[in-house]
Amino acid sequence: MNHPAEGANEYSIAISALSKRYRPHAGSEPLLALDGIDLKVARGEFLSILGPSGCGKSTLLHVIAGLAEAEGDVVVHGRKVDGPGLDRGVVFQDYALFPWRTVLDNVAFGLEIKHVAAAEREDVARRHIAAVGLRGFEDRYPAQLSGGMKQRVAIARALAYDPEVLLMDEPFAALDAQTREILQGELLRIWERTGKTIVFVTHSLDEAVFLSQRVAVISARPGRLKAVVDIDLPAPRYEHDVRSSAEFAAVRHRLWELLADEVNKASSYGLESPVQAVPRRSPGVLSTLAGAFSRRAG
Amino acid sequence: MIRTLLLRASVAVLILGAWEIAPRAGLADPTFLPPFSSVVDALWHWVTSGEIVRHVSISLQRTALGLGMSILIGVPLGILIGTSHLFAGAFDGPLQASRQVSAIALFPVFILFFGIGELSKVMIIFWASVWPILLNATAGVTDVDPVLVRSARSMGAKGLVLFRKVTLPAALPAIFTGIRTGAAYAFMVLVAAEMIGANAGLGFLVLHSQEIFRIPEMYAAIVALAVFGLVLNKFLLWLEHNLTSWRTAAAGR
Repeated sequence: MNHPAEGANEYSIAISALSKRYRPHAGSEPLLALDGIDLKVARGEFLSILGPSGCGKSTLLHVIAGLAEAEGDVVVHGRKVDGPGLDRGVVFQDYALFPWRTVLDNVAFGLEIKHVAAAEREDVARRHIAAVGLRGFEDRYPAQLSGGMKQRVAIARALAYDPEVLLMDEPFAALDAQTREILQGELLRIWERTGKTIVFVTHSLDEAVFLSQRVAVISARPGRLKAVVDIDLPAPRYEHDVRSSAEFAAVRHRLWELLADEVNKASSYGLESPVQAVPRRSPGVLSTLAGAFSRRAG
Repeated sequence: MIRTLLLRASVAVLILGAWEIAPRAGLADPTFLPPFSSVVDALWHWVTSGEIVRHVSISLQRTALGLGMSILIGVPLGILIGTSHLFAGAFDGPLQASRQVSAIALFPVFILFFGIGELSKVMIIFWASVWPILLNATAGVTDVDPVLVRSARSMGAKGLVLFRKVTLPAALPAIFTGIRTGAAYAFMVLVAAEMIGANAGLGFLVLHSQEIFRIPEMYAAIVALAVFGLVLNKFLLWLEHNLTSWRTAAAGR
C-alpha cells in the first residue's frame, strides 16, 4: 500500500480512519474506544484535543506517540507511526521524571538514547533547563521540586532532543490554578520560539481556548471527532488579558455547547474505566507474594 | 540529637549496670549469669590473644560466601522471573515449594552431599538468604512505575537500554531491602550451622564455651555475635545509602 507522497510535507500529523478497541477485562467483548478519527495537523500548529473524561483522548495521543496500537494510519512528517520515536516528544500529566536522576540527567535522557556525546549532551540539557527558567536547579532531584518545576523539567526533557512534534497529555491538570496559568503562558512562548507542532490533550475549555489555534472536540464513548473549531484570538495571547475578552467568552461558549452533551453522556455511563494505553501486567502468584514480602521486609 | 544520645546511653548503662549488680547482689546465680565485667574480661582476653580474629574471620567468610552466592544467583533470577512471563510460569511452582523448606531442615541433606566441611555451611546460608533476595528482586522489577517505562519508551528506549536505564535503577531500593533481609537470615542460620559440626566460628564459640563450662566466655561470644551482626547490617546500610543516594537527597529537603 503506497500512500500518495503529495501532502506528506504540508501536514505534520495525518490521522486517517483511526479506531481503537480494547477489552476492559480479559475475555470480555471488545469495546470501541475511538471510532474512525480523521484529523490533520499542520506544521507548526497548536491543536488541542478536548473531550469528556474517558472519551479516549489520551489514548489518541498515545497512539500518535506510538505507545499504543490502533487500527488505521497515523503519519508523522511523512512516516507511518509504528512505535515510539524521537521525532515526537511526549509530556505526561504525572511528569514521569526519573526520581534517581537529577534534573540535568533527566533532561539529557533522550540525548543519551540518541547517543549524543556526553559534553554536548550536558551543554544542550543545560540550555533547555535555562529556557524553562530552572537555571541553578540542575543538580536537584525531582522529589526536591514543586509540581510546576517538575513539569518544566518534563517539557525541557521533551524538547532537548529536538522532536518535530510535542505531544502533551493533560500536562497541567495536576497543578494549582496560578501555576497552570503561568505555565500555559510559558508554553505559548516556547511554541512561538521553537515553532514546534503541538498536540495538547485537555479536558479544560479555558485551557484549550487560551492555547490553541484549533480545538478538536471528541465525543463521549466511543470517541468520535465531533467538531474542529478554529480559535481566532489575537496573538500573543499571554501579553494581554485575553481570557476576559468577549471573543474568548464567545468561542468558549461554543465549545461548551459542543461538550455539554458529551459530558452528560459520559456521566450516564456511571463509573468510568479510562482506557489504559499500556496495560499493567497482571501479577502472578509469585510477584504478589514477592510484593507482600517486600512490604513486610521494608 | 544530644538528648536522644544521652537517653540511649543511659538506657544502655542501666541494662549493663543491672547485669553487673544482679549476680553480685545475689539476685541471679553468678555461675549462670556472671557479672558483665567478667564477660568484658573474657572478650578482652580473646582480643589481646588474637583468638577472636580466627573465629570472626571464619564466620565472616562463611557469611560472605553464602550471601554473595545468594546475591549472584537470587538477583538475576528474581529479575528474570519479574521480567519474563515464560520464566515466571516455569519457576513459580518449584520456587514456591522450595522456599517453604526450612534451611535448618535441609542441613542434614547438605551434610550428606557436601560433607561436614565449609561447603555445607555455605550452602545452608545460601539457602536461607536467597529467597528474600530473589522475591524482592522480582517485586522490584514488577513494581516499576509504568508511567516511567512509558516515558522512557516515548524517548525511544527499549530492550536492554530500557532495562539498564529505568527498570534496574527503579528496582534497586527493593533489591537492597531483599539483600538486607537475606543478610539477617544468613546470620541466623550461620550461628545454627556453626553449632553443628564446626571447630571454629562465633557460633561454635558460644556452644563450645558452654560445653566446657566457661560461662563468661559463652556470654562474650554472644556479645561478639551481636556486634558482628550489627556491623554487617551497618555495612549494608552504608552500601545502600551510597548506591541509592537520590533517595536520601530527596528526603533531606
